[in-house]
Amino acid sequence: MDVSFASSSSPSNVSPSRRQLRDKEITLAHGSGGKAMRDLIQTVFVEQFSNPALNCLEDQARFELSEFLDLGDRLAFTTDSYVIDPLFFPGGDIGALAINGTVNDLAVSGATPLYLTCSAILEEGLPIEVLQRVVYSMQQAAIAAGVKVVTGDTKVVPRGAVDKLFINTTGIGIIRPQVSPSAQQLQPGDVVLVNGTLGDHGATILLARGELALTTSIQSDCQPLNGLVDQILAVCPQVRAMRDATRGGLATVLNEFATSSQRGIRIHETEIPVQEEVKGVCELLGLDPLYLANEGKLVVVVPPSQAEEVLAAMRSHPAGEHSRIIGEVIATPTEIVLLKTAFGTERVVDMLVGDQLPRIC
Amino acid sequence: MCLGIPGQIVEITNVAQQLAIVEVGGVRRQVNIACIIDEAHPVETCVGDWVLVHVGFAMSRLDADEAAETLRLLEALTPIHEEMTVAVGVEAMLPHPFNAKPTAKLAR
Amino acid sequence: MKYVDEFRDPQKVQGILREIQRLSAQLPVTSDRPLKIMEVCGGHTHAIFKYGIETLLPPSIELIHGPGCPVCIMPKGRLDDAITLAQQPEVIFATFGDAMRVPGAQQNLLQAKAKGADIRMVYSPLDALDIARTHRDRQVVFFAIGFETTAPSTALTVLQAEAEEIQNFSLFCNHVLVVPALEALLSNPDLQLDGFIGPGHVSMAIGTEPYQVITQQYHKPIVVSGFEPLDLLQSIGMLLQQLVEGRCEVENQYARFVQRQGNAVALDAMNRVFQVRDQFEWRGLGKIPHSGLQMRPEYAAFDAEVKFTLPHRRVADHKACACGEILKGVKKPWECKVFGTGCTPENPLGACMVSSEGACAAYYKYGRVSPAATAAPDRNLSYSR
Repeated sequence: MDVSFASSSSPSNVSPSRRQLRDKEITLAHGSGGKAMRDLIQTVFVEQFSNPALNCLEDQARFELSEFLDLGDRLAFTTDSYVIDPLFFPGGDIGALAINGTVNDLAVSGATPLYLTCSAILEEGLPIEVLQRVVYSMQQAAIAAGVKVVTGDTKVVPRGAVDKLFINTTGIGIIRPQVSPSAQQLQPGDVVLVNGTLGDHGATILLARGELALTTSIQSDCQPLNGLVDQILAVCPQVRAMRDATRGGLATVLNEFATSSQRGIRIHETEIPVQEEVKGVCELLGLDPLYLANEGKLVVVVPPSQAEEVLAAMRSHPAGEHSRIIGEVIATPTEIVLLKTAFGTERVVDMLVGDQLPRIC
Repeated sequence: MCLGIPGQIVEITNVAQQLAIVEVGGVRRQVNIACIIDEAHPVETCVGDWVLVHVGFAMSRLDADEAAETLRLLEALTPIHEEMTVAVGVEAMLPHPFNAKPTAKLAR
Repeated sequence: MKYVDEFRDPQKVQGILREIQRLSAQLPVTSDRPLKIMEVCGGHTHAIFKYGIETLLPPSIELIHGPGCPVCIMPKGRLDDAITLAQQPEVIFATFGDAMRVPGAQQNLLQAKAKGADIRMVYSPLDALDIARTHRDRQVVFFAIGFETTAPSTALTVLQAEAEEIQNFSLFCNHVLVVPALEALLSNPDLQLDGFIGPGHVSMAIGTEPYQVITQQYHKPIVVSGFEPLDLLQSIGMLLQQLVEGRCEVENQYARFVQRQGNAVALDAMNRVFQVRDQFEWRGLGKIPHSGLQMRPEYAAFDAEVKFTLPHRRVADHKACACGEILKGVKKPWECKVFGTGCTPENPLGACMVSSEGACAAYYKYGRVSPAATAAPDRNLSYSR
C-alpha cells in the first residue's frame, strides 16, 4: 500500500514514520496492557494527536471550566461509532469520518466543538500501516475542524471478532448563549435549506465495495460543518433547527423534523441539488438520492424573513458553496414530508425501511 | 425486471465476447451487447449507439426517429399559448427566487 | 439525461392531460363507475407512484396495479429453496437486491446472510459468472428472477458459461411469463378491466405479437408503454382513443425501444436454454399453467434444481392476506384488513407489500395522502407513524 504523509516540524502534525514499531501487524499483545500496547499507543496515537491534555497520559483529560464558560452556557455531548467498510474510499476514510461525524453532531446543536475521545477496537492481524494511515487522517481532520483528540482507548480482539477496525469518538462542545436549535420549533412558513449536493457519500460507499462494477468519479463529501454553522449563526442565531443528514439521507432528517414538530414539510425536486453522476447511479440501480447517506451536509430550517440572508451566508463558505433553498414547513398534513416532483405532481417521502438496496425491477 | 435506462456505448472492450462500455449520466459500466448485434450492425460499429441497459445487457437499440415522433405527438397536443389550465391544476415549475441567483458551477 | 428527461418534461403534461380529459368525457364512465386500466409491470407501478400519475387523472379513470412484480409473486417455498441453496457451505449465492428482503417461512436472504450464508448482491448475471470464474473451488448459484425482460440476460449468461466450459455456475430459475399471467387474470369472472398498459421492457424481448391473444380472445385493448411519466400518460391516452373509436388492438407507445417482432437474439437465447414449465405457482394467484421457465435438460449442468436437493415445500400465505384480490384489481390496498397494521413494509404478510413494486408497498410508501385513498369510504388509515 502506498502510504505517503506530508512531514512537518509541528509536533501536532507528525508523520508516522518518525518512530517505527517493529511489528507490522496488530497482535493480541498490543491490547494486553504491557509494553507492546504502550509502544503502540505512544507511536500511533499520542505522537500523532499530540496536545497538552493527551500528552499527560493520565487516565482522563482535564479542563478548567472557565475555558468553557468563556464560550457559552451549555455543554453539548455526543458519541458515535464508525464501522464502515471499506476503510478507505474516494474522498475519505474511516478516520476522517470518525472526526467529522462527531464534530458535525456537536456543531448542529450550535456548539463550538472542542475535544474528542478516540476509542479503537482493532482486529488481530490488522496491518499497523493501515492503522497509522487512519490515525494520520484523523489528525488532519481534527486540525481542519479545530478540535483535539485528548483521550482514548485501545482494545485488540481476536481475528473475526470485529471487521478490521471499529472507532468510537465522543465529543464535547460548548453551545453559544441564546442559540437553541430544536426540531420542535418548526413553524409553517419556515424555510428549509441544504448546503450542497446530496447522496455523494452513500453512492461512493455503495460503489467502493466494487460488487456493482460501475465506474464514476463520485467522491464522499466528508467534511466538518462547524465553520459553516458559525456563518449561519452569525446572521441567524435564532435558527429553528439544524441536523446533519447522515444515514438515511435527507428524507430521514426531514421526516424526523416533521415528526418532532408535528408539522409537515414540502420540498421541491427541482431545487434539490444532486450531482449528475449520482443521478446516473441512482437511475441504473433504482435508488432514490433522497435516502443516500451524506457526511458533509446539513439541513437548516430558518424563519422566512431570514432565508435570503442565511442562504447568502452559507454560500460564502466553502462547505456551503452550492447551498439551496429546497422547501418549506407546512401546517398540514402533519408529520408528513411531501415532494413536489419535477413533473409537477406531489407524493409522500416516507421513512426508509432498512437500507436501500439496488433493484432491477 | 423492468428497470432499464438509456445509455450510450462509448467503447468496445471485447469483440469476441460482445462486451462494451456504456455511459449513463457520466457513469460507466461494462455491458453485453449481443442483443443489438446483427449483420447490419456488427460489434465494431456500435460505438455511439444509444441502447436500453438492463442488468448489464444492452437489450435494444434506440430508434431515434421513433423517439422524435413520440415527442412530436406529445408536443402537438401542447399549444404554444396556454389560455386554459386543466382542472387538475399542475402548477408551472419555477425555481425558488432566491435559488435563481448565480452559484458556482457544480464541480464534477 | 438524454432520452429520459424529455419524457419527464412537465411542459408537455397539460396537453396530454387535456387529451385524456377530452377522450374520457366521450365514454360512459364516472367516478362511481370508472374506467379500469391495469398496468402489469412492476416498473410501471413504481413509476405511477413516483410521479403521482394517478393524481393527474380524472376520477373517472382508475388504475389497477396488476401482478407485475416477479419478486412479489414468488411463493415462500421458492424463497426457502433459495435460502437452502445459500446455506450450502460450498455455495456462493448471487442475487439481485430485490430478493434480499422477501420473506420465506422463517427468514429472508438478508437474515440468512447475517447468519453466515455467503450471499452476494449483484447488478448483473454476468457479475455472478465472474464470481464463478474467480472462485473455481466454490459453486456459484445465481437467483434468476424476473419476467421475459431479464430471462434473455440469464440465458445469454448460461451460453457464455457453456462456451467457456465453466463448471461451477448454475441458476435457480424462477423466471415467469407475462402473457399466461394476463390470461389467468382475464379468465377470472370477478375481474373488471377495460384495458391494459403493457410491459415495455418485456416487449423489447418478446415483441408485441404475443399480446394478440388478449385483444382477440379476451377483447381488451392493450398499449405497450414506456416507463417515463409522459409515456404512461400517452399510453393511457391511446387506450382511451381505442375505446372511443370502438377498437380493440395491440398498440406500441414504446416504439423507440420495442419492435413488433421483438429481439431475435434474446428470443433465441431463451429458447435454447429454457423451456416452459407445465405450471408455476404465483403467490396470491395460485398455480398458473405454462407461466414459468425452467432449464432445458441439455443444460442440466447449469440447473441448481438438478445439482442440489431442495425441500420444495409449499408454504401457505397468511390467512388475512388479501393479495389475491388486490392483484386481480378487485380490492384496493386500503381495503385489506391488515394493510398498515399487521402488514407493513417492515413486516410484510403478503406478496403486495414485499417489494417496492407491490401495490400495497407502493401505496404505503408514496400515496397515503392521495385523493383516491382519502376519499374512499372504508379506508383503513388506522396506521400512523
